[in-house]
Amino acid sequence: MSSTLQQETPDNNAESVITVEDLVMYYGNRKILKNVSMEIRNGEIMVIMGGSGSGKSTLLRQLMVLERPHSGTIKILDQDVGEMPAQELYNLRKKLGVAFQGGALFSSMSVGENIMLPLHEHTELDPATMQIMARMKLEMVNLAGFEDLKPSELSGGMIKRAAVARAIVMDPRILYMDEPSAGLDPVVSSSLDDLILLLRDAMGMTIVVVTHELESTFKIADRVTVLDQGEILFIGTVDELKNHPSERIQSLLNRRADDEMLDPDAYLKRLTGEDVNGDATL
Amino acid sequence: MALPNTGGLYSKSFDKLGRSIISLVEELGHGGALLWECLYWFCAGPRLGQPVRLRLILSQMMEIGVTALPIVLIMAATIGVMQAIQGIYALGLFGAESRVGIGINLATVREFGPLITAILIAGRSGSALAARIGTMTINQEIDALNVMGINPVRYLVAPALLAMLIMVPALSLVSMYVGMFTAGLYVQADLGISLAAYAKDAVDILSLDDLMHGIGKSIIFAVLIGLIGVINGASVTGGAEGVGKVTTRSVVQSIAAIVFTDMIFAFISTRI
Repeated sequence: MSSTLQQETPDNNAESVITVEDLVMYYGNRKILKNVSMEIRNGEIMVIMGGSGSGKSTLLRQLMVLERPHSGTIKILDQDVGEMPAQELYNLRKKLGVAFQGGALFSSMSVGENIMLPLHEHTELDPATMQIMARMKLEMVNLAGFEDLKPSELSGGMIKRAAVARAIVMDPRILYMDEPSAGLDPVVSSSLDDLILLLRDAMGMTIVVVTHELESTFKIADRVTVLDQGEILFIGTVDELKNHPSERIQSLLNRRADDEMLDPDAYLKRLTGEDVNGDATL
Repeated sequence: MALPNTGGLYSKSFDKLGRSIISLVEELGHGGALLWECLYWFCAGPRLGQPVRLRLILSQMMEIGVTALPIVLIMAATIGVMQAIQGIYALGLFGAESRVGIGINLATVREFGPLITAILIAGRSGSALAARIGTMTINQEIDALNVMGINPVRYLVAPALLAMLIMVPALSLVSMYVGMFTAGLYVQADLGISLAAYAKDAVDILSLDDLMHGIGKSIIFAVLIGLIGVINGASVTGGAEGVGKVTTRSVVQSIAAIVFTDMIFAFISTRI
């Protein structure tokens, strides 16, 4: 499925749904984002990657309008969010969905109630219709039948899938995903990547993914933004990234490629203490 | 001989004092802003299509009030009996045991009913509120609410605050009656004063002002418990350990604020 999905790349001339210009953000006296400018096109999967402390999570918080920039502008769906009044922001947020790294599901609610929450708050639908919609989204993320369970009864991968279901229940124009593969084994991680591709192709969503996983990036990204110390090092396609002449970028990629986490055999070996051919490691 | 250099010590002490004062002022301002925002959502929420949900208020009322009823009843009954024991002993020194009902009823309605109830709710529901908001902050659930377009103050704080405002005075009222009743039972058993005579004394001595004094302060306590719980929960840092710290801090601050406010309230209301 994934190879078929990967072939359906969006139009390079598609309109921008997010435009960032000269974005600057400080935490205290520390400049976290340094004049970041970028655009994200309609219907594409934009992966934002970078090492720890590169500013990718801060950039994501800005794109989700959880924080306001110290200077620069962010336009989402042609609306400048910098000085946007609360009611307009409220209307804009209905078109955004977010799946956080840890899922951020409400522990006091069942999976079904979590997914129906945005419908409860933003629509006048009757409960039966809400339940049908929630079930549809759960089927889409392969979690049908789990609606009555509490988040604490789900595995890490299932929590992430449930968080995606909640994020897409209002059919948002833009979906943000923070480290979707973090903490997952390679098989579950790969299936989440397939889900991301499915969402782009089946629902036409623009998807912004923050990750440091190279394998996942290479599989899902239409374009990649590489951040380093608050500055954009690179924006382009995966092929352009792989063949980029910059030593900085290549060293970043090679360092990641050497990571045993990207090698399933090495990963299993680390987990079990055994070689994959069955020889015990002393 | 060189004198010990104490300049650094004084400087650090003043620095610490200054920071504490700034932090206190910030938290007071935060509390005021939260209260104002809650009022805004109660008034403007329905017009904006974002009402404070009755379902959430009822759920909080159940959590804060109904489930706390057994412990409030037990504590109120115990303190009622304790007051009777101490009152009879103290007045016995002057041979005035028969007047014990006056002191018990006034103290219970004006002081012990609201105070004990507020301290119990601070320890039980205020801490739970701080832990809940703190855990939600750490798990990014507050961020999730924001991104979903659900204002956390409207969704989490306003229902809890309104539930506190309804249930703390209600529990205080229950606590007053139970305290007076159990004290009456003890007085009857110890002094042979009938419950009817004790009740008549209570009705004669207590005025509407006394009741309003007790209920009025319980309303202020409710606001304090709610705001302190939310402010502490929202200020959490550092994971599960941080949640533990803000929960403890919330209880300590709430009880200190309740006792201090009680003193101010008693002083002002008895002078005006």
